[in-house]
Amino acid sequence: MRAPLADLPVVLANATVVAGAVTILDRVSLTFAAGPPTVLIGPNGAGKTTLLRAAMGLTRLTQGEITWGGRADAPPTRRAILFQLPVMLRRSAAANIDYALGMTDVPRTQRIDELLALVGLQGLGRRPARRLSGGEQQRLALARALARDPAILFLDEPTASLDPAATKAIEDIIRAVAARGVKVVMSTHDLGQARRLGGDIVLLHRGRLIEHGPAKDFFDSPRSDETRKFIAAELLV
Amino acid sequence: MTGETSALQLVLTGDPGLYAIVGLSLLVSLSAVLCAALIGVPFGALLALTRFPGRAGVIVVLNALMGLPPVVAGLAIYLLLSRSGPLGSLGLLFTPQAMIIAQTLLVTPIIAALTRQTVEDLWAEYRDELAALDVGPIGRVATLVWDARFSLVTALLAGFGRAAAEVGAIIIVGGNIDGFTRTMTTAIALETSKGDLPLAIGLGLVLIAIIILINALAWGARRAGERYAG
Repeated sequence: MRAPLADLPVVLANATVVAGAVTILDRVSLTFAAGPPTVLIGPNGAGKTTLLRAAMGLTRLTQGEITWGGRADAPPTRRAILFQLPVMLRRSAAANIDYALGMTDVPRTQRIDELLALVGLQGLGRRPARRLSGGEQQRLALARALARDPAILFLDEPTASLDPAATKAIEDIIRAVAARGVKVVMSTHDLGQARRLGGDIVLLHRGRLIEHGPAKDFFDSPRSDETRKFIAAELLV
Repeated sequence: MTGETSALQLVLTGDPGLYAIVGLSLLVSLSAVLCAALIGVPFGALLALTRFPGRAGVIVVLNALMGLPPVVAGLAIYLLLSRSGPLGSLGLLFTPQAMIIAQTLLVTPIIAALTRQTVEDLWAEYRDELAALDVGPIGRVATLVWDARFSLVTALLAGFGRAAAEVGAIIIVGGNIDGFTRTMTTAIALETSKGDLPLAIGLGLVLIAIIILINALAWGARRAGERYAG
């Protein structure tokens, strides 16, 4: 089923995004390669969303370069993003997934059922997407992103507005997706979630990359003072 | 009081002349709304999604054309279709077709302008999601028009209201010919000036009832659709 062109690895080299007088992303160099999830953490306004959007190809860099599988100009065929506030198309849940399947040559009904089951929404396909609960909408948006059969999946604070049960449901899906070989890159404010899901952790602050390392090292023996402060739940200003 | 009684009698007894007038009115106005929708919805959606120099001017003109005086629209189509006009050879002047053309000219800006606004608002909401799904320009227009379909019903109703209520355009290009191009509004104008108030009042009541009925049907369809599709 996989398309021949791979989007991995995603390589950011000195990625910089400036809007007006504000530098949102400041010379960030990072590589997202196949493997366990990469988790972005950092205070509000650190540049997490902009980094995800840039890596998705939605936000143009002011300076620096991004390549997807070695190509600088790659249409987003094998990557997908779950926005913090996903938009439900004014259609049924199944039609939302069907829409994302696009022109792909797959047995559609079967694939839609698979995806609905994967996110625990089996049987809800005919419901209007906007009538689903917040947690269900988030899961449907995740299914819709996965309909693209992405090699890399960006998630922008996927559990920010969810209760603990819905959060656990999303985390379980993320684990299942990662276990299938999809590279997950997600942002979160929940350090517990970062520990639970992260293979490696990236700390951003004021657009700069402060520290990047395997989750265990990052939390147990952080290299920078800022990371220590952030983990200790002190305010980074 | 005798006037109102007679008006009611005309309606209740199913006067054939009355029903011919009502039928033609609906045929002309609904055809015009259909034509205007086929032109105005794609045009409005395209305008919502494109950026080009002079776009602001186009939007202002389009919005202003919502207030195009019917007599001016009628005059323009009259000049176009009159014997010496560019399309005079078609022989359409003083026919129901000419009336449909004139009302299409009136209604298209309304539908296009309201579609532009609706689709542009929805686009602001959908932009990121559609960009992430790599949807091309035609797909965007189709998606936004489809997802705005319930809101666009209101644009169509506004257009229908305009068409059903106006008299200036169709009286100029239709000529108010008895049994051929006479509609409810042109008949009301004529009967009132002739002093035949019962018929004028009867037609007025029927016209208002039909407009309410069509709006009620559209409202019901919209509610049912929303319940089903969200």
